[in-house]
Amino acid sequence: MSTYRKSWRPYIGPNDPCPPIEIKYYETPPNLYLGYQPYGLKQFDPSTALFKGTLWPALYAPYSNPYKKKREEEE
Amino acid sequence: MWVYEKKLQYPVRVSKCNPMLAKFLIEQYGGADGELAAALRYLNQRYSIPDKVVGLLTDIGTEEFAHLEMIATMVYKLTKDATPDEMREAGLGDHYANHDNALFYHNAAGAPWTATYIQAKGDPIADLYEDIAAEEKARATYQWIINMSDDPDLNDGLSFLREREVVHSQRFREAVEILKEERDRKKIF
Repeated sequence: MSTYRKSWRPYIGPNDPCPPIEIKYYETPPNLYLGYQPYGLKQFDPSTALFKGTLWPALYAPYSNPYKKKREEEE
Repeated sequence: MWVYEKKLQYPVRVSKCNPMLAKFLIEQYGGADGELAAALRYLNQRYSIPDKVVGLLTDIGTEEFAHLEMIATMVYKLTKDATPDEMREAGLGDHYANHDNALFYHNAAGAPWTATYIQAKGDPIADLYEDIAAEEKARATYQWIINMSDDPDLNDGLSFLREREVVHSQRFREAVEILKEERDRKKIF
């Protein structure tokens, strides 16, 4: 199972003017991994699918702000 | 910073006096998928992309400037001895009216280069896919120019440049694979 968000640690210079963001994130959504979609994948029921925007759980990858949680923890 | 070597990446030979080819070649000089757009696109994106692929963008962006020099040399050789009448006959009358025989960053139809040709979305996947698309479009442009050119020496240089687009596209695809890897996960054997 692949993860749909990756993180990396940018170089932090000794003379950087602003407090560093130590970890940065980027999204790697499921379409990067699926290739040609196989037949017979598990499906949401139709009403759930309409809400989620896809019929297939394998393609469902909702986005949330990766930096928001960090900020709340700091406060 | 850069270190400059006063030579071309690959020899540019032009064996036929055909200024009209310069009008087509200028697409790769100042067009949307040209070498200038490529160089500026990659060298700008590298600042905010994950560090594992920064070096790749620096290297390819630098090479694109070497390609820009080759295109400039081709265009210059094709037009430097063209009279105003010959420029007009080659479809370069509009260009001559504005620029004399100077080169300028515009596409084959005369539209000036614009920063809207390049993108920096900040999303590493989106940016690298943009780069892959740019390489494929540049490859296609070289093919269309080769199709219109009857100069085997010029086509030799264009074939080299087309091949580099293929290699660059492959390297960008590998960069996507690097960014897809599960680097944070602890591997349990």
